[in-house]
Amino acid sequence: MLLGNLGHLLVIISFVTALVATFAYFRASNLTPLPPLLNEREESPPLSVGRGAGAGGGVWLRFARLSFYVHAAAILGVCVTLYVIIYGHHFEYHYAWSHSSKALPWYYMISCFWEGQEGSFMLWMFWQAVLGVILIRKVGTLEAPMMTVYALVQAFLTSMILGVVIPGVDFKIGSTPFLLMREAMPDLPVWATNPDFIPKDGNGLNPLLQNYWMVIHPPTLFLGFALTLVPFAFLMAGLWRKQVIEWIRPTLPWALLAGVVLGVGILMGGYWAYETLSFNSYWSWDPVENAVYVPWLVLIAALHTMIIAKKNATALKASVILVIAQFVLILYSTFLTRSGILGNASVHSFTDLGLSGQLLMYLLVFIAVAVFLAARAWKLMPSDDEEVSTYSREFWIFMGATVLCLAAFQVIIPTSIPVWNSIVESFGGKSNLAPPTDAITYYTKFQMWFFAVIAVLTGIGQYFWWKRVKKGNLQDLLTPLWITLFVTAIIIGFGNLNKGKDTATFLQYIAFLTAAMFGFVANLFIIFNIIKGNYRLSGGAITHIGAALMLIGILWSSGYQKIVSLNASGLMISRDEFFTKDSNKENKENVLLWLGQATKMGDALLTYRGPRTEIRGVPQYVPSSWIDIIEGDFRAVCLRDIAIGDKTYHKKGDTVKVYPENVYYEVEYREASGRITTIFPRIQFNERMGAVTSPDIKRELNKDLYSYVMMGGNPNEIEEWSKTESFTVALQDTFFVNDYVATLEGVGRTDAVEGVTLNPNDVAVKAQVKIFDKEREYFMTPTFAINQDRMVLRKPEVSEELGLRMQFMAIDPKTGKFTFDINSKQRDYIVMKAVEKPLINVLWIGTLILAFGFGLATIRRFREFRLMRDKG
Amino acid sequence: MKKIHIFGLIVIAMAIGIIVSTAGDASTYVDFAQADEMAKEGETKAIHVVGKLKKDAAGQIVGMKYDPVMDANHFEFVLVDNNNREQKVIYSSPKPQDFDKSEQVVVIGSMQGNHFACEKILMKCPSKYENEKPEFKEATAKKV
Repeated sequence: MLLGNLGHLLVIISFVTALVATFAYFRASNLTPLPPLLNEREESPPLSVGRGAGAGGGVWLRFARLSFYVHAAAILGVCVTLYVIIYGHHFEYHYAWSHSSKALPWYYMISCFWEGQEGSFMLWMFWQAVLGVILIRKVGTLEAPMMTVYALVQAFLTSMILGVVIPGVDFKIGSTPFLLMREAMPDLPVWATNPDFIPKDGNGLNPLLQNYWMVIHPPTLFLGFALTLVPFAFLMAGLWRKQVIEWIRPTLPWALLAGVVLGVGILMGGYWAYETLSFNSYWSWDPVENAVYVPWLVLIAALHTMIIAKKNATALKASVILVIAQFVLILYSTFLTRSGILGNASVHSFTDLGLSGQLLMYLLVFIAVAVFLAARAWKLMPSDDEEVSTYSREFWIFMGATVLCLAAFQVIIPTSIPVWNSIVESFGGKSNLAPPTDAITYYTKFQMWFFAVIAVLTGIGQYFWWKRVKKGNLQDLLTPLWITLFVTAIIIGFGNLNKGKDTATFLQYIAFLTAAMFGFVANLFIIFNIIKGNYRLSGGAITHIGAALMLIGILWSSGYQKIVSLNASGLMISRDEFFTKDSNKENKENVLLWLGQATKMGDALLTYRGPRTEIRGVPQYVPSSWIDIIEGDFRAVCLRDIAIGDKTYHKKGDTVKVYPENVYYEVEYREASGRITTIFPRIQFNERMGAVTSPDIKRELNKDLYSYVMMGGNPNEIEEWSKTESFTVALQDTFFVNDYVATLEGVGRTDAVEGVTLNPNDVAVKAQVKIFDKEREYFMTPTFAINQDRMVLRKPEVSEELGLRMQFMAIDPKTGKFTFDINSKQRDYIVMKAVEKPLINVLWIGTLILAFGFGLATIRRFREFRLMRDKG
Repeated sequence: MKKIHIFGLIVIAMAIGIIVSTAGDASTYVDFAQADEMAKEGETKAIHVVGKLKKDAAGQIVGMKYDPVMDANHFEFVLVDNNNREQKVIYSSPKPQDFDKSEQVVVIGSMQGNHFACEKILMKCPSKYENEKPEFKEATAKKV
């Protein structure tokens, strides 16, 4: 109770202090005289807003800072409180109950924090609060107007978790994470009988999010979100204070930082999807992915125009628009993913918490503020006296930014179809537009060309940037061009690029490859020939190299991915017309693997070895039959000693912790060379999402083999055996058991029965039954034993491979016949798909290089900013 | 006319082109009767149909066929659209896990003769938790 009230109080404090800080900063800005207007495009005199505010402004400024510090402390307090509730398993709170459970190890409890919408808002606010505190100390000029906008954004965000109902109008503002179970679910019958009821355990974190990437991906992404506010706030301050050029220098390093953090955050999400979801790809053009990809592209475009904005008025105006756009698009993406508007267009958007109105208001307010300030300051912006030359760096960089924006535009339009439908419907119309069916093919056919152009422009742009080429002097560009053509020709010649592709696709891929290769080669030349490895200046070129490598990696890993799980049995699986048309090429992309039976796939032999479970603290997966999972719990009882190699980890009867939802299917790949690799694709029997399949990836230097189980049984479900069938047969008799032919080969005395200690007077006999499957024969050996008290033991034998259970029931000495009881069940099998993804490592390497180059550029611009600030 | 104006016009033209092509490439939500008509008119574009699984009085799903032993990539079921028209749907991929539990199904594909050939299935599964809205699941028969 206390914790929740404390948390709620802190939320209210943070909301109020954000408003107070907004107002105080607003007063401080207005009480400071405007600097002289700039008519000339020159460096302005040092600005006075901030450190040395004018009369009266200083008091407000100090008060504003204090308010913001209190605000930041309150936000920190809110986060700590929520984490304490989660970590302490206080299940009387709805948030802890619905997102956490006792089963979770501590590192996943961090993820519980942001699994819910409220927590993810808090993560966002937290980063903004941290950044705000840093900005106050570092910014110097423009502090007051900039922080006015900043604090206002914080106020809007804080209102999302306020959870206050305005009396009278019954309008709820925000959704608080500090609700008690009783308040969140007042309809539960338990409250009538036991008002103090506290759930014993929580619902737990969605197992799909129990992944280390989910511990670091959301914080990175939300830091990126928070960072996009910084350029926006600077810009608003500049427009408001009529300093239409000066905002750029302090903004640039922050915009770069936002670019790298947001980019890395997005790519981490892609990597998580690649490893965990079997959408089969790192990127599936889902609306939620698109919603954050678009602002990132616009941010990158803004970065480029900002670099040239001092020289070029068109670029300055473009920067103003783009910096507004990237922030507004972040708000728009928040609206898309959290208002429930995407509905069935996306698989992983949040559910509606009733915040859509509030989110829409948030979006519209900032569009209005930005448009108003920009329109007011528009006339103050300089205009270009003469036309920009086609041979100038400004022209080429501007081109690059334009193409980036067009690429972003192309993605946001189809992504917004559900929004369009709701707008039409809210005006009483009817719109039945649905998003393009095949998102990957659809977006690829556009984005591929945008990025081919961008790759070429990165090369040309860098040459112009370093002034190596100018009008009438373009020959320096020829060297990288020749090398590009040479290298590409070699790759085309030896790379088998036309294999399995029609001519049109082949030509497109060649064009794309050439473009990406040019971007790579040209930027490499820049580094070695022009910058001569001066690392401070090479950020841009390195980033572009990373981008070019990513494009090449994407071309191969997606364009040339190959399904290897083709049905190679040579048998027609179905005679249905649907399957036989197009020479049977339809959908033979999954292989069926029976337990223990080797199946050919390509050059490899695949054998499914059975379901496995992960015991915490045991380094390998163990057969699921070794343990018995306690129902509704995350613990299991060992049915035998758990031994890996020589080491015994647990004794029979021990209780161990497991991840009960996860079933790993052990599959052995035996390559033609004799090399054996074992993979463990997973199905997660996830109560929230249903069954979710995750691939296992066999990584090699030049390719990944990506395998996932499309269908597999859950070993923790009770198996259904058929009704018992009895067979009474004599030696060497042949009989039919569930479609198999079986022969009783022999019956003999045995001295040892597994799991039973025999006394000297006990008699045990073992039958040998030979069973023929299509390709193999199996032996089953059920035992029958009688002890001295004439007690009978009939130890059944189970063959998982055949799906049979056999029990030796009786021996009739008169007729010489033996009776067996047999039950059958569905044999264990999996349906698996395997895809080969060549050169995917080029993509990941490109990603790392891109992030590294971005980092260098960011450091350089921060240093420049510091030098300028300290100088003047 | 200055270069920048020409440039602006080109950008605007491309933007309009993008919008037009989006409208052209967008799919639509229809019912089976419309889907039938579209197929007869030779329209090959994939469309969305929303419906429910056919169930008998006891709530058992009717008309669902999946035999992985015969063909792991062939799954058949009967979908009833919002106008109560029943339609055989064929999905050339393994049966999506938890398909039986879904309340509402969106099939994406087109009519082919007597059946609806489905490339992608979106399932709306009832959530186990009362306080949560139903979640959506997706399955695709897309060839990579």
